[in-house]
Amino acid sequence: MQKYTLNIIMAACAIVLLVLAQFRIIDNYIQAVIMFVGINIMMSTSLNLVNGNMGEFTCGHAAYMCVGAYVSSVLSVLFFGKGFGAALLPSSMAVLIFPIIILIGGVFAALVSILVALPSFKTRDDYLAIITIAVNYIVISAIENMNWIGGSRGFQGMKDTVWAMKDTLKGPWMLFWVILFTAFTIWVIRRFITSTYGKGVNAICQDEVAAEIMSVNTNRIKTVNFMISAGLAGCAGGLFAHIVGYVNPQSFNILKSTEAMVMVYLGGMGSLSGAVIAAVVFTGLMEVLRSQAIMDFLLAPATFVFPDWEPSAGVIKWVMIPLLLVLIMQFRPEGIMGNKELSDVFPKLKKYYTFK
Amino acid sequence: MDFIIQNILNALQWGSFYALIALGYTLVYGVLRLINFAHGDIFMVGAYIAFFVAGFLLGPALGLSPFMTFLLAVPLTMALTACVGVTLERIAYRPLRRKGAHRLYVVITALMCGLILEYSNLAVLGASRLKFPELVEKSIWHLGGVTITNLKVIVIVAAVVVFLFLNFIVTKTKIGMAMRGISYDKFAIPLMGIPIDSIIVFTFILGSGFAGLAGLLFAMSYPILEPFMGMLIGWKAFIAAVVGGIGDIKGAFVGGFLLGFIEVGVVAMPFLESTYKDLFGFTILLIILWIKPTGLFGMPQSTKI
Repeated sequence: MQKYTLNIIMAACAIVLLVLAQFRIIDNYIQAVIMFVGINIMMSTSLNLVNGNMGEFTCGHAAYMCVGAYVSSVLSVLFFGKGFGAALLPSSMAVLIFPIIILIGGVFAALVSILVALPSFKTRDDYLAIITIAVNYIVISAIENMNWIGGSRGFQGMKDTVWAMKDTLKGPWMLFWVILFTAFTIWVIRRFITSTYGKGVNAICQDEVAAEIMSVNTNRIKTVNFMISAGLAGCAGGLFAHIVGYVNPQSFNILKSTEAMVMVYLGGMGSLSGAVIAAVVFTGLMEVLRSQAIMDFLLAPATFVFPDWEPSAGVIKWVMIPLLLVLIMQFRPEGIMGNKELSDVFPKLKKYYTFK
Repeated sequence: MDFIIQNILNALQWGSFYALIALGYTLVYGVLRLINFAHGDIFMVGAYIAFFVAGFLLGPALGLSPFMTFLLAVPLTMALTACVGVTLERIAYRPLRRKGAHRLYVVITALMCGLILEYSNLAVLGASRLKFPELVEKSIWHLGGVTITNLKVIVIVAAVVVFLFLNFIVTKTKIGMAMRGISYDKFAIPLMGIPIDSIIVFTFILGSGFAGLAGLLFAMSYPILEPFMGMLIGWKAFIAAVVGGIGDIKGAFVGGFLLGFIEVGVVAMPFLESTYKDLFGFTILLIILWIKPTGLFGMPQSTKI
């Protein structure tokens, strides 16, 4: 029983959240923040697979998110919306079909990642970084040129699926799915990395040539790793699209990729718990600094000196967060956790969970 | 025929900016093995510095003629932008290098520095666009159906001159030898009595100075300044540098012009919409990297076992 303490606590937290959301004790804003925390956890942990565990340098992670978001949105509108004619399926099916839609989005994103995985057999770090940036631009540009899904005007109508689920049973459906998929992501990554097969990923990070000699099929491991990472990012994109209800190719540009990278390096390369902590901290910071009141309080000395300078929180936020990160990098150049898991820092924790 | 020549000239001008920025990327990368992602934003800062320098020189305090302003603005802009680049190196990169942090953490720091430059610019100067004053009297020559402006000529000549100058510095001078030495073996170089930090600062001075020059010329050619002008062009110039073979001066130059030609070519095609620019450009670059994984002029790296 002691071995399952962590799982029970997590499940209890999830249920408490859902109950609170159901009885309107936490309002929609808090729910949205929690959902974005979940999506950012998915993004950072999946990028951590490639950037941390495999030691490659990918900076186009938002491309997969974009693919997942668009594929799942189109399917969603096709099945339950009115965008492409009448809905194909009755709204009572939405609860069953929705996770499948999200997963299909992930599968398509994984297929796109083959574009990166194939050249990665031969190319090394910085050249691969370029290829990923190029793929990010290619995906965005390709979607902007598809007029049947709105092009650069964006695409909407995914909310119909969410409403169809709410017709079946009133409740915080999106929160439920985000929690479920976040748990699924962490579970998949943890299982993959600690499996005998997935140990090859860390072997590639340490020394690719030696791994090849020790019978690790590096090409295959690389492909699998890229595809898992991209697939999970695609799932995150699908969820993001259904929460916001509107997607635009430009919302998945390099800046979004940069956010994911920042979370990985803030948490520490190759540390799963670090990536989770960093995602929570980063999203929390983003939301706290969004409020103009807090920002005015922080900048009170500056505005006292320059009375006619009126900083807006949305802009100053993007000065403060990078500044904070640069400072963190100066004092702790290995990130928050620095290639260690939480259980390495607090060994007593090992009594309370199991990953057998 | 005229149409083709006209577009070749446009591509040369557009490629010149990519080449100028890519040269700065390549210099820093070749010496430090660091992707200086803030370079595009240093280019943006250079354009803004050029704006203020030009405004000051044209203003009531000095009241110089536009052409004199241009002549004075070039060295001033380059010097001030070089100061910005060196400051970045001092504050952000050097402590990390001293600590022996992982290379990628330095890259992330560079990315963050770029964001800081962009958004602090937005916060201080506001979101309104700035109009760059006209420094060089525009004269247009018609050769048949082809129009050439003197600005185009200035930009293209500047890119070529900068390339030749850098090539000379890196291959013929002592300091260039030190640069090549650092990129070859960082640990043996200090033992040979070469001041590694001064060489790196010199590299940043060169790279940032030419980014400032690119910013000035860009602002003269397309006279609207905005805080995010360096973002896209910076990323693209970086990609161009890599396609040429990063760490190689010739490669950066060729890659920049290649990207310029591809983009202008796609825009000029009568049956293609200009929105396909990025799609075609990056697809072609991706194919080049598939065929030659280390770029056009890059040396394949061998790993010792």
